[in-house]
Amino acid sequence: MEKNVKRKESILSIREKKLAYSLILPTMILVLSIVIIPLLANFWISFKPISLGDLRPPKLILKESVRSKLSPTNDFAKIQYRYRNSSSKYELNEVAFSDLIPKGIIVTKIKSQHDCKIKKNKLVCKLGKIKPKAFGKIILTITKNESWNDNDNPKYQKPIAKYKSINILTSLEFTFENFKKIFSASEFWDVLKVSIYYTFFGTVGALLIGLFTAQIVNKSFKGRSFIRGLLLFPYVSPVIAVAFSWVILFDPYSGIVNSLFIQMEVIEKPINFFGQKYTAVSIFGYEFNFPLALTMVIMFEIWRYFPLSFLFILARIQSIPQDIYEAAEIDGATPLQQFYYLSIPFLIGIIAVLFLLRFIWTFNKFDDIFLLTGGNAGTRTLTVNVYEQAFAISNLGAGAAVAVVIFIFLLVFSVIFIKFSKKEAI
Amino acid sequence: MFWNYGIFCAILSGSSWGIFWQIILTILGILTTGLQLSLDIAPSLFSGALIGFIYIIYQKYIQLKQHIIFVIITTLLIYGVTLGDPYYGENENIFIELILVLVTSIFIWISVYLTLKNISIGKLSRYQSEKFYIRLLWGLGLITLILITLIPFYIMVMTSLKNQQSLILNPLDLSLDFSNGFSNLFISYIELFKNYNFHIFLANSFFVSIVTVFITLLFSIPGAYALARLRFPRKEWFSSSVILIYLIPSIVLVIPLYAVFSQLGLRNSLFGLIIVYPATTIPVALYMLRGYFSTLSSEIDDAAIMDGLSRLQIVFKIAMPLSKPAIVSVALYVFMIAWNEFLFAFMFLDDPNLFTLSRGIISLNSSEVPQQHLMAGAVIATIPIMFIFIYLERFLISGLTSGSVKG
Repeated sequence: MEKNVKRKESILSIREKKLAYSLILPTMILVLSIVIIPLLANFWISFKPISLGDLRPPKLILKESVRSKLSPTNDFAKIQYRYRNSSSKYELNEVAFSDLIPKGIIVTKIKSQHDCKIKKNKLVCKLGKIKPKAFGKIILTITKNESWNDNDNPKYQKPIAKYKSINILTSLEFTFENFKKIFSASEFWDVLKVSIYYTFFGTVGALLIGLFTAQIVNKSFKGRSFIRGLLLFPYVSPVIAVAFSWVILFDPYSGIVNSLFIQMEVIEKPINFFGQKYTAVSIFGYEFNFPLALTMVIMFEIWRYFPLSFLFILARIQSIPQDIYEAAEIDGATPLQQFYYLSIPFLIGIIAVLFLLRFIWTFNKFDDIFLLTGGNAGTRTLTVNVYEQAFAISNLGAGAAVAVVIFIFLLVFSVIFIKFSKKEAI
Repeated sequence: MFWNYGIFCAILSGSSWGIFWQIILTILGILTTGLQLSLDIAPSLFSGALIGFIYIIYQKYIQLKQHIIFVIITTLLIYGVTLGDPYYGENENIFIELILVLVTSIFIWISVYLTLKNISIGKLSRYQSEKFYIRLLWGLGLITLILITLIPFYIMVMTSLKNQQSLILNPLDLSLDFSNGFSNLFISYIELFKNYNFHIFLANSFFVSIVTVFITLLFSIPGAYALARLRFPRKEWFSSSVILIYLIPSIVLVIPLYAVFSQLGLRNSLFGLIIVYPATTIPVALYMLRGYFSTLSSEIDDAAIMDGLSRLQIVFKIAMPLSKPAIVSVALYVFMIAWNEFLFAFMFLDDPNLFTLSRGIISLNSSEVPQQHLMAGAVIATIPIMFIFIYLERFLISGLTSGSVKG
């Protein structure tokens, strides 16, 4: 009896398992194929000497032309085939082509360096190996026979070419050159420094402002939910819209900030906020170079992402039981004491998780900096460097190598994140 | 110490609100009227401090009706301190100046009045003084936050309604010019739709985003249900790999996808985007929906099984109708991600007939296209998102906080 029950349960659980897999596997397969496979492909590409131009595989370009047409009065004509290797880097192998010769036409002479034959009204040419950029031609002399009529145009069918070419993406040619190149470039360490600087200050800034905002919005007042929605605007609107309005706001020639500062005599000359790497600042007679564009980019990051931290921290604050505050109030705790001894211990977990999460995403951020400065003026982070290497210098391999570096950083951060988030379920 | 005394608090609050409102309202005055006003914080600093001082002494006698008197006193103080010329600008307009000063006075007075509630003139307890400082900080902070959040949007909208000439003439003049008729304000928008194919971009963006939403829901609802409700081996592994996948940034995927899509001929096509977008949104959707499904009581499922429903029927007939709000919020969120997406659209699309809005606006960012067109494009891209957001803010906020969010 008992055995039967067990067996029934196991049948049910097997059914459940099957259903579960049939529900989740298609989703997982789709995501994996668009995320994990490209990720692996990125590793693959990072070890390859591949540039943007190599994405078009080498091709044989073959053109057929007819000189002097056959006609009732003209008995002789020439067909010319011209071929060329489209690639300037890779050779073509086992090249051959064939072309049908109409029945009314007889080939009298073949002028070629290659092995060309006529078999059953068909021209077959074996060209063998063609070097990069190499070209050549094959000329046939033709005449007409009795069955010739006006429709027998030698060009009525296109020649069919066959060849083998290397696809650099799938070939087994590997190199360490990409990694060597990016690590030895003097700018790489600057880029890394800028990345970490941007990530750290962007994350901390957004968190602090978010914490402050959460405290402010936590107090109940008229129109609070409206204000809460309003403060999320920077986060929900398209990055492209807000980035360009910042650029226009701080434009050196027609930007409002510069015009205002000049009119109010705060500054004499307009400042190029997003285009100037350093500006000299002197405090107490001590002069130093202030990284202006980088700071502006960080400000943008904080402005755009403080709503997110604010939302999460507010949600956590509102889940704190209110009676402990009431008890503290009765005991005479001041507001600051309440914040320090009651709120902070409740919030510290979510703040830690938010810090790590935001750290990872800020590290991965590409759009914002790319749109604001294009990575110029000392704001090039690793992510912008991927674009720069792969698409501006068109060295896909080097770009992929930078992406690998990003991924390794990400892996380290994620391991830390997962350890933390298990403690603090979010 | 001196900062525990009510009288110090009164003067501090008066002068800080004085400076604060003077700066903000002068800038607003410059931007909305186009007048060249100068900013001098001294008058408001003194007037604010004085009004705080007067208030703390006479607060016992203040009744509701006397607010007007205090506003008038503040106004007179500002005029008095500046010898009757608060904004010594060039194109003076006394009437507008008076209105500005009045508004400034009203704001200063209300702020001072609210922050100094229940503060007496003498020494304050630690509790009272902390309350005061927090109130002051709260007020200043709230208004600063709102302004900082809104200014870029304000600039965006106002610039898009200006014309080239007036922008060059005076960049600070963002006042609306109705003299050439109402439709003339929207000339940049008309231009964008007429000459820059924005109707095509809009249609493409809507198409790609809506298809992305459907594909995402189609795949993530069953997946999330399985993760939330069913028992199967390696469930934990699936759950954590979902989180890990959505930590992977697009920039790491863009090179291989670009390379492979180029060779397959998918690159310069909307179909390519429709393949890529759901893969980046499904993990978020899975995560959000899984959280929601697991809050549904499992007794309903058990009851349904007893009544003879299969698991699949439960998903469609019970779980989905019950979690409509969650599905709506996920759908909107996914729509938002797809609509705002920039990197893949920028990399993949070359043909102007296939541009999405993000890609189209990038193409406006050149020296040949005037900046009010660019801003009009930005407004066009933002409006649908704002509508969704305002209409369904509550849904969205609960959705955002229940499953963490991709930035």
